[in-house]
Amino acid sequence: MNNIVIETNNLRKDYHIGEVTVHALRGVDMKIHEGEFVAIMGASGSGKSTMLNILGCLDKPSVGSYCLDGVDVNTMNRDETARLRNRKLGFVFQSYNLLARTTALENVELPLFYNGKIKARERKERAVKALEDVGLADRMHHMPNQLSGGQQQRVAIARSLVNDPVLILADEPTGNLDTRTSFGIMELFQELNSKGRTIVYVTHEPDIARFATRNVIFRDGKIQKESQVADRYFATEMLKNLGPEIEEDFD
Amino acid sequence: MNYSNLFRIAVRALFRNKMRAFLTMLGIIIGVASVIAMLAIGEGSKASIREEMSGMGTNMVMIMPNFQRRGGVSLGTSNSNVLKLSDVTALRNEAVTLTAVSPEIRASGQVIYSNENTQTTIYGVSEEYLPIKKLEVKAGRIFNSAEVRNMSKVCLLGQTVVENLFGKGADPVGLTIRIKNLPFLIIGTLEDKGESGMGQDQDDLIIAPYSTVQRRLAAIDYINGIYASAVSEEKSAAAIAEASEILRRTHKLKESAENDFRIMSQSELIERVSSITNIMTILLGAIAGISLLVGGIGIMNIMLVSVTERTREIGLRMSVGGRGRDILKQFLVESMLLSILGGLLGIIFGYLIAKLAGSLMDSEPLVKTQSVVLAFIVCFIIGVFFGWYPARKAANLNPIDALRYE
Repeated sequence: MNNIVIETNNLRKDYHIGEVTVHALRGVDMKIHEGEFVAIMGASGSGKSTMLNILGCLDKPSVGSYCLDGVDVNTMNRDETARLRNRKLGFVFQSYNLLARTTALENVELPLFYNGKIKARERKERAVKALEDVGLADRMHHMPNQLSGGQQQRVAIARSLVNDPVLILADEPTGNLDTRTSFGIMELFQELNSKGRTIVYVTHEPDIARFATRNVIFRDGKIQKESQVADRYFATEMLKNLGPEIEEDFD
Repeated sequence: MNYSNLFRIAVRALFRNKMRAFLTMLGIIIGVASVIAMLAIGEGSKASIREEMSGMGTNMVMIMPNFQRRGGVSLGTSNSNVLKLSDVTALRNEAVTLTAVSPEIRASGQVIYSNENTQTTIYGVSEEYLPIKKLEVKAGRIFNSAEVRNMSKVCLLGQTVVENLFGKGADPVGLTIRIKNLPFLIIGTLEDKGESGMGQDQDDLIIAPYSTVQRRLAAIDYINGIYASAVSEEKSAAAIAEASEILRRTHKLKESAENDFRIMSQSELIERVSSITNIMTILLGAIAGISLLVGGIGIMNIMLVSVTERTREIGLRMSVGGRGRDILKQFLVESMLLSILGGLLGIIFGYLIAKLAGSLMDSEPLVKTQSVVLAFIVCFIIGVFFGWYPARKAANLNPIDALRYE
């Protein structure tokens, strides 16, 4: 078996909104190994987003332990978790979250700006490489508003890859995209995963979840069901089955 | 994140909202420009007044009768005749801190030459008056002691009088004019002195021997004032003390009685006027400083807007590893850039305003290096001070809340 990337123990998260206490997570034990491709599913309010935030070190659990790549995250302060995000994690968001009026290349470079050890030249080389990996070598100097939704999400994925993270976390990465473009993004994820990248994503679409190797279904703050995907979708084939595509281009 | 990158980010952020950045800076520009201009104008007028006044002799001591008042009511002119020629003699003989003493008797009247006439003041003085008041003979000569003794009808003319009677640049030495219908021989003219700090024409005068003026023109037995020179500017205070002691004795004043004369030195007067102009400069500067403060609040306001607007950007930067202090620095650099850029433009603008004001006023404004440096430092502090709160607010954002911010 590969190394364990994520290991959580009895994770609980309570929110206090006025007098009311909301139990977003009610004891979650989760283990994800290196090289896995996991889809987290669940209805809204099931706690899946809270889980992803905790996995991404953006939030802290109220109770329970979380080890990321062998490091206990709970004991870390704000600066240390920032450093952890910078060195070990990559984020992909539903709404891309690219910096406006900033070229694709500079958007991808962003995480490396917060790594003092990386000099300007290396930063650029790595950003170029990441953009090439997501198939946007010819769009490097485009601004986000000159790119289609799918292309913007690819830039965001390139940004998540640029620091060579142990784990990529994606929050509804296809939520804003049409079917074909969604498959395109999943194709990219599957390709990255086949090269050994560990990816965890949240989705509420069962179809999209079938691209993963394992599904974890949340309900009321707990894991309801966990299963290996039996009849997995492969995005390359799915795209072929969709027939000839009408290329969308925003140039 | 290093500073050159922070700087680039800040420049880009400002360029994204050029108009807004400019309007924000405008507050600082106007503030700094007015501080610079006001201080320059204040300093300039202070310097020119000081220069004018020292032009009259910094070690001059003036003695005038004290118009006594009781409860704000003047007791009439009975006190205006307390100074006598004997006081001058006493001072001349006894005071060791005074080098020169001259009486002054003023008479005004019509002066006629041929078919020209003018109204002016005739000062009856001794020959020592010229060095005391820093006056100089331009052409001809000053009267001598024999002419004083004989009450000779000789006089020296100021340039304004020369101009009024003979035309500009004329040399009237040797001609005779009529002052209050008495013929006076012009034995000399005085150098141009220009306007005084108070805007008074210092060349509109005629000087003549005090004896002549006292007896023949004014027909009085007292004198209007005494002018003297202290041995040095530093000795002015000592000279005042000594002179008043002598005068109190000659006037036979009792221990308890107040002086029936007023005595002051030019250096004291300069101090007094300087302190007034200083207060004026401080006041002008303070008013301008308030507008600078308002400019700073403008920066804070726009930085708060900017933080709110870019909440998602802040969340993203945090999610990719930006620490609180990185975000803090980013916004601080931005506000400092705004204020320093505004400050630089303000300094240039203020300098131009000062120049413009200089061309409209008599006194040349003085842009002092200190006020420029001060303005710059104040801008820097404003940038940090007013940028701090918004930047702190940005840095303390919770990454998830920031990312989800709509």
